Amino acid sequence: MSGPNSEYDPVQVSGLSAEEVADLVELAKAAIGAATDLDELKAARLAHAGDRSPLALANREIGALPPQARKDAGQRLGQARAQVAQALSVRQATLEMEQEERILAEERVDMTLPVQRSSYGSRHPVTTGSELIADVFIAMGWEVAEGPVVEAEWLNFDALNLGPDHPARTMQDTFWVDPVEHAIVLRTHTSPVQARTMLTRTPPIYVVCPGRVFRTDEYDATHSPMFHQVEGLVVDRGITMAHLKGSLDHFATAMFGAGIDTRFRPSYFPFTEPSAEVDLRCFVCRGEEPAVATCRTCRGEGWIEWGGCGVVNPRVLVACGVDPEIYTGFAFGMGIDRTLMFRHGIADLRDLFDGDIRFSAAFGSEL
Amino acid sequence: MRVPLSWLREYVELPDAISAEQLAAELTALGLKLEALEHVGSDMRGPLVVGRVLTVQPEAQSNGKTINWCTVDVADANGSGEPQGIVCGAHNFAPGDLVVVVLPGGALPGPVEISERKTYGHVSAGMICSARELGLGDDHTGIIVLPPDSAAPGDDAFALLGLRDVVIEFEINPDRAYALSLRGVAREASLAAARRGLVAAFTDPAARATPTPNDAGYPVAVEDSASCPVFVTRGVSGFDAGAPTPPWLARRIQLAGMRPISLAVDITNYVMLELGQPIHGYDADTLLGPLRVRRAAAGERLTTLDGVERDLGPDDLLIADDSGPIGLAGVMGGATTELSATTTRIVIEAAHFDPATIFRGQRRHKLPSEASRRFERGVDPTIPEAAADRVAELLVRYGGGTVEPGVTKVGAAAGRRTVSMAADLPGRVTGMEISVATTLANLRAVGCEVEAAGSALSVTVPPWRPDIDAPFDLVEEVARIVGYEQVPSVLPPAPPGNGLSRSGRLRRRVGRTLAAEGLVEVISFPFIGSAALDALGLPDDDSRRALVRLANPLSSEEPALTSTLLPGLLRAAARNLGRGASGVALFESATVTLPRGSGAAPIYGVDRRPTATELAALDAALPDQPEHLGVVVAGERERSGWWGPGRTGDWTDVLAAIQAVARALGVDIRAHGAQRAPWHPGRCAELRAGDRVIGHAGELHPAVCAAHGLPARAAAAEVHLGALLGLAADIVPGPTLSAFPVAKEDVALVVDESVAAADVEAALRAGAGELLESIALFDIYTGDQLPVGKKSLAFALRFRAADRTLAEGEAGHARDAAVAAAAASCGAVQRR
Repeated sequence: MSGPNSEYDPVQVSGLSAEEVADLVELAKAAIGAATDLDELKAARLAHAGDRSPLALANREIGALPPQARKDAGQRLGQARAQVAQALSVRQATLEMEQEERILAEERVDMTLPVQRSSYGSRHPVTTGSELIADVFIAMGWEVAEGPVVEAEWLNFDALNLGPDHPARTMQDTFWVDPVEHAIVLRTHTSPVQARTMLTRTPPIYVVCPGRVFRTDEYDATHSPMFHQVEGLVVDRGITMAHLKGSLDHFATAMFGAGIDTRFRPSYFPFTEPSAEVDLRCFVCRGEEPAVATCRTCRGEGWIEWGGCGVVNPRVLVACGVDPEIYTGFAFGMGIDRTLMFRHGIADLRDLFDGDIRFSAAFGSEL
Repeated sequence: MRVPLSWLREYVELPDAISAEQLAAELTALGLKLEALEHVGSDMRGPLVVGRVLTVQPEAQSNGKTINWCTVDVADANGSGEPQGIVCGAHNFAPGDLVVVVLPGGALPGPVEISERKTYGHVSAGMICSARELGLGDDHTGIIVLPPDSAAPGDDAFALLGLRDVVIEFEINPDRAYALSLRGVAREASLAAARRGLVAAFTDPAARATPTPNDAGYPVAVEDSASCPVFVTRGVSGFDAGAPTPPWLARRIQLAGMRPISLAVDITNYVMLELGQPIHGYDADTLLGPLRVRRAAAGERLTTLDGVERDLGPDDLLIADDSGPIGLAGVMGGATTELSATTTRIVIEAAHFDPATIFRGQRRHKLPSEASRRFERGVDPTIPEAAADRVAELLVRYGGGTVEPGVTKVGAAAGRRTVSMAADLPGRVTGMEISVATTLANLRAVGCEVEAAGSALSVTVPPWRPDIDAPFDLVEEVARIVGYEQVPSVLPPAPPGNGLSRSGRLRRRVGRTLAAEGLVEVISFPFIGSAALDALGLPDDDSRRALVRLANPLSSEEPALTSTLLPGLLRAAARNLGRGASGVALFESATVTLPRGSGAAPIYGVDRRPTATELAALDAALPDQPEHLGVVVAGERERSGWWGPGRTGDWTDVLAAIQAVARALGVDIRAHGAQRAPWHPGRCAELRAGDRVIGHAGELHPAVCAAHGLPARAAAAEVHLGALLGLAADIVPGPTLSAFPVAKEDVALVVDESVAAADVEAALRAGAGELLESIALFDIYTGDQLPVGKKSLAFALRFRAADRTLAEGEAGHARDAAVAAAAASCGAVQRR
């Protein structure tokens, strides 16, 4: 092999004419345009822009040209190679995009397929209902109080002005822990929590106590030996029945919607005086004609029995160490299960305690 | 209390402007709650008239029956005045008797439409009625034969028999015992009318002039005057034992819910209903010596009117004569001295008894009666004389004979109670605007006498209101007449609260976590029997067999409170699978009950707050009631589908659920192999938080699955949720995150198959030093590559420093130290 010009070929050098370069560019563009996928484009790149492509070879020969011709030839070939590279780049982008589209199209799945491999969990509506109720009162600044389910007779009865010979004790059929002389019961209401609260806190007291209670009722669609109550207790200076009414109206509205308020009827509970039954305005017919006449929820009454309430009997305050000369209070109690049965149209109380997952699942994890 | 309006109107002049429905609504607003309102007789239609039987022609029939072809004079009621021909199947009547006839066009309850019809060869134009056919009771043994001369043919029978009436049934609260009488309801009805701006004058039926007691009535000796403050006797002689009860009186008793029995008995019941004073009548010819009111001696016995022989004791208050006990005072009379079909001399007892004594007696003998219901709630102690007088009057009016002049009265009603009340108290307690004038008027309206004494009122309570003994009782009386509907609605000004308690928040977190894990919450009854514990396979000495028992369980099969949540959960799981669920994952959180201490809770007085020591004694007597969390997983956990096969739930699911709860609470719990029922002995974990055992989890023993009808591999866990909540992280310190590169080192360690993975991990963790960021077991291998009895555990270790990039070899050194520690404590050999 000789020096740089040893392969000098005048014929080829003469091929560097503008026309020939233009032809090569056209040839390259045609090949690039004809490439239908990235592999064909790769072949075209090799043939027309690779190291052994005519333009590359021509470029290599520029140095062998006479100095006066180098500039022109260099410019011509540079522009030509740039055109080819540009065409390659554009085609490359197009083909890549096409390929991606093709892959994405191929990867399509049926998005309607079922995807849940295990079943959903849920909390019990009595749990979430109790939370809902508690939250209504917590939002007003009240707190939640708790007490034991197996409770001392004194707290379940005596402290609440239900003396041993009080006829009202027959109103509540009590489960007694054996032996009866031990004076321990399954609490028949959440009211002992009232007593416990007053015994352990000093007024002002604003508490709500949801919890399970027991009575010796046979188990049927509307009775259960175990059910749930929520008790409210407020003891403060200057508390009146009007505050009781206000609290229950607010509770009713929060649970059943705007316009649903309550009605009081005189009643009797040993732990409150004056006492009242509280009725809830029927949230289905709202007690309005003509809907009320045929309403199945309230049976045409316009009102639904909801619970009991009243002004805390001063005797209870005394037994619990609150000075009735300074403080008054009110208390109320209603069935949580019963409230939920209204609210959700549950026909059979037993559905709450049967443990059938279809029941809890229907309510999801919040009410 | 059932109140026929026609009867009520005798004592209160109810204007026509107030309907029965309105009256019931107003009485409800006053505190006598409407139970039911019945338009009696609205299902009957006339003509229904009195007839006189003219002829009775018995005719034997081929079916063996004998019917009577009768002619009956119904005067002009049939339009013609001719005798009415009627076929009648009854035989208890004769020509001349007055009967009740429904004529064609009429209708009886059923409904039975009456028309002329051919039967037994006659055209029968109507029907002669029995008591049952007219809704007058159950008597269908014959037709009604009216007392002679009590009516005339053609008279309207509706009015005569009181067939049409309105009966309002009230639920009477224990503090309104006075409303267990027409007298009491009439007084309230007058107030009810006033609520509508109407005047309804009330006449007190107990206000009657009575002869002065003279000790000449049947003799009485009261040995226990505390239990029997008043005892009055009157006498009637020459009484016609066969005299019938007037139909109107029988009808009133029946509409009030009692059964007519005989004239004398019906009258005692009538007066009880009218005045609220229970009355007992004795056949004087069966009494031996004076009536004694005394406590029973042990061993005495009494056969009560209901035919039951009862053992008596010193707690029982008796009426006795020289023959021994003849009545359970205020509860029920005895059989030997009762009024009978031959009684001609009657001793009337009208007494007042201590409510608590009657309550206890009635409870002890499980013998609630109309009398005890009134006495135990409190009867007006001032009316026994009036009541006895009223009985005597009615007895001789309808049964003949004479009222004896003797009136015995032992004891006297206690003086009327006076309660002092601040004049503005009703307004202060109820939040209503109540003037002193209103307070005075309302207290007087319920029968109080009121005198103003400065800013206080001195209120003398009427004797029929033993429930009123404190100022707040008076407030209720004032307020209910003002109207509870007038109570304004005002929110109380609660001070700022602290929101949900910490344990409350944590409990919600636990429930949400488990629901998010796919578990469904259930609520079970806490009742349990030994069978359920046997089904769990608990050994005899298992602490969970110690139960708190109930004295009066609903079922003898489940006489105790449960010590574990598992029975309820396993039952619920089986029930769901039985109802077609392919798999079930449940949780329950509740307290369980565990015996503790002596268990006897003191009873304190209620006149003061118990001391702290006394309160502590109450709590100490109660059983331990820890809060538990139970979980059960059975059957399919992940369903099979287009993605491939499903997965059966197993021990890993329950452990994962508990771990999720622990993580949610920020408590680090570790599993340790353990053996405990009801779990599979090789697949049970004891769960510990630090050194504290907080529960167990694992696969249920196959025998337990079988006993509960659960599929194999069913798994369960039970943990002490209360303890977990107590351990929950309070304020979590924020972590410092290192951005320096992590160095990953994997090691495979060969150990004996019996070595717990957690122990190897703990050793690695301990040996790796503080550069260790995390450690995870990612593979377990047993097989041909290893000696028998060995397994290989592969762990991924990640190392990172807080302040620098680890130097070359630094992670390797830490790894080697970890492996060395595992080798030392677990005999681990690194697999190359």
